Amino acid sequence: MGSANSSEVAYLPGTVTRSVKLLVAGHFGAGKTTFVGSVSEIRPLRTEETITEASMGVDDLAGLPKKTSTTVAMDFGRRTFGGTALYLFGTPGQHRFLPMWDELARGAAGALVLVDTRRLDHSDEILSAVEKRGLPYTVAVNEFDDGRRYPPEAIREALDLAPHTPLTVCDARDQTSSIKALIVLVEHLTSRPEMLA
Amino acid sequence: MSRPRRDPDLVRAYVMTGGAVRPSREMGLVTLLVAQDAPVQGLAPEQRRVLGVCSRHGALSVAEIAAHLDLPPSVVTILASALMDSGHLAVPAPIADVPEIDVLKEVLRGLRQLV
Repeated sequence: MGSANSSEVAYLPGTVTRSVKLLVAGHFGAGKTTFVGSVSEIRPLRTEETITEASMGVDDLAGLPKKTSTTVAMDFGRRTFGGTALYLFGTPGQHRFLPMWDELARGAAGALVLVDTRRLDHSDEILSAVEKRGLPYTVAVNEFDDGRRYPPEAIREALDLAPHTPLTVCDARDQTSSIKALIVLVEHLTSRPEMLA
Repeated sequence: MSRPRRDPDLVRAYVMTGGAVRPSREMGLVTLLVAQDAPVQGLAPEQRRVLGVCSRHGALSVAEIAAHLDLPPSVVTILASALMDSGHLAVPAPIADVPEIDVLKEVLRGLRQLV
């Protein structure tokens, strides 16, 4: 067990009283952790949750005796805007951790789905997982140096995206590029009909 | 191993929370918490650890507390809920009724200023 080193703890300014949670989703290796690190104002942090393999829910400790458990790591970062702290959580990419998303998605305002064009077929289950939880989302193609470039319409078709779902490209290593992808997401979230009603 | 054994991490978590299995309050990964001026006598060691990483001057989220203490967020929510019940922790301001749309717009303005 590690112990806290107070000198490393970056407290929020006293003016911050609100928080927003966004998910950065994507398959294993899509660049989620890199993206979170590019945007975060603090060194990205990691939490580990113990979950049961049997139910794959966040563990209800009352169900202790008969279950085997596993550990799921989540990387996250933070960026402060005025009185609001934005938290970005990278979702666990492995297939078997998809059920873990129930807890992550609870209270999330939306999700940015990062896509690697070399593995477009791996994105289906990520998109399904996001949709299943009713999260509004946008898609950002993380352009890897050795990845093939496809026209947006081809990617849209390959991912079977709805016409109203914004699609953008980004370089997760680049702060400005990553922030632009986030802007597309937050614009999408603030322009949804149910938000404007 | 002749039979499955209980996972030591789960046993540890169960002990740390004093046997509590659910938080007494609605609390999520990004719930913000600040320390309050209250005597720490009588607090369990794990509660003291959570309180010790919190500040009276600036908030931390449940997720950050969990990361700094190397505790699962689910355990931190249970410990922090109890500390709120006892007056040692609080959310940073009375829950102002700011609509989510306005919070998101504040984030959007901030993001746009960065590019």
